[in-house]
Amino acid sequence: MKVNSEWNRERKIKFTIQDPCQIVRKSYGDAVAEDLRFVVRSVVGAENVIEMTPNKSNNYCCGGGGGFLQSGFTQGRHDYGRLKFEQIIATGADYCIAGCHNCHAQIHDLAHHHGAAYNTVHIWTLICLSLGILGPNERAYLGDDLKDVDVFHPETSLY
Amino acid sequence: MGETSIAIKGKKRSSFKDKVKSIIPGGGNLDLCLTCGACASGCPASGLENMDPRKFLRMCAMGLDEEVTTTPWVWMCTMCQRCIYVCPMQIDIPQLVYNARAAWPRDARPKGIRDSCDMAMRNDSGSAMGTAPDDFVFVVEDVLAEYQEAQPEFKDMVAPIDKPGAHFFLNQNSREPNTEPDELVPLWKILHLAGVDWTYGSRGWAAENYCMFLADDDCWKHVIKVSAEQADQLGCKVFLNTE
Repeated sequence: MKVNSEWNRERKIKFTIQDPCQIVRKSYGDAVAEDLRFVVRSVVGAENVIEMTPNKSNNYCCGGGGGFLQSGFTQGRHDYGRLKFEQIIATGADYCIAGCHNCHAQIHDLAHHHGAAYNTVHIWTLICLSLGILGPNERAYLGDDLKDVDVFHPETSLY
Repeated sequence: MGETSIAIKGKKRSSFKDKVKSIIPGGGNLDLCLTCGACASGCPASGLENMDPRKFLRMCAMGLDEEVTTTPWVWMCTMCQRCIYVCPMQIDIPQLVYNARAAWPRDARPKGIRDSCDMAMRNDSGSAMGTAPDDFVFVVEDVLAEYQEAQPEFKDMVAPIDKPGAHFFLNQNSREPNTEPDELVPLWKILHLAGVDWTYGSRGWAAENYCMFLADDDCWKHVIKVSAEQADQLGCKVFLNTE
């Protein structure tokens, strides 16, 4: 098993990385942020990663944590997330990789709220895509640019 | 030097800050603020509810207990800890926020968070969506069987539940089994190809813990205890949190 970024060599689809507070700043620090980047670069190609600033242990929280998603303070949550949204937009990336469920939900919702075009994706989806083992029904968070790329068992599509 | 320093008269009002100080290991450096504002300048919650972390801490220091334990801002701070990270004195503002949440009467705390906690207390799953252990087991087995058949290269893929002695105890956010079960599969595939020895638990499988966000200490302790005990009883070596 060896991932590679060949699928993205010509496509040049750009990715940015959300550093989840819980995993990076609050748990394993910059070391795990570097591990995450090693995986992402291997999977999408180093030249296709565009970093947000600041990042790693110094990142801005996206606003998905602490129960904010369920708190009912939707306006406050969107205001809070404006900083993260502007960071993502500034990268011009097509995708934001979010390695935390709360981040994923919030960053996905920020795009929806602002009518932005970027997609929010789990890293497991990209690892399987790069290995050629991602089926047609495992692509809920991929955009149209990746829905049909290297589909594993396309005949099983439910759509 | 002046002959006298400023002496604040009257009854000492600050009990909230001192109480939190006594709870946090090391005291949280709550009296060491230099008022520099590094916390507030990099905080996405600055400005919400006319509050920011520096102001919140100063209000605590000045003993404005009533104000700090009633502002809804504490539910808009995610306790992300960036304020501590940039603070020259490493002041634990998030613990002040957590304890200010805990000062709210339980039934006055945000309903969505409270309901998610109450759901987790309904059964041994610990799921914020209230999913029972049997339902989780059914979904996992059903999805696994479907993929083993549809993608024969993965006919030997596993998604074990309560496998004794597995190296990794993996928990699972409730969103996948409840609303998007196909999203369970990519991680299973990676674990399969990497030859990882892992298991879910029928008890304590859910990764989220809204009781912690609710600042309900007894309940959040219960939720995590069920998970930890299940991992221990199975003899797992590593608790792998997916969230």
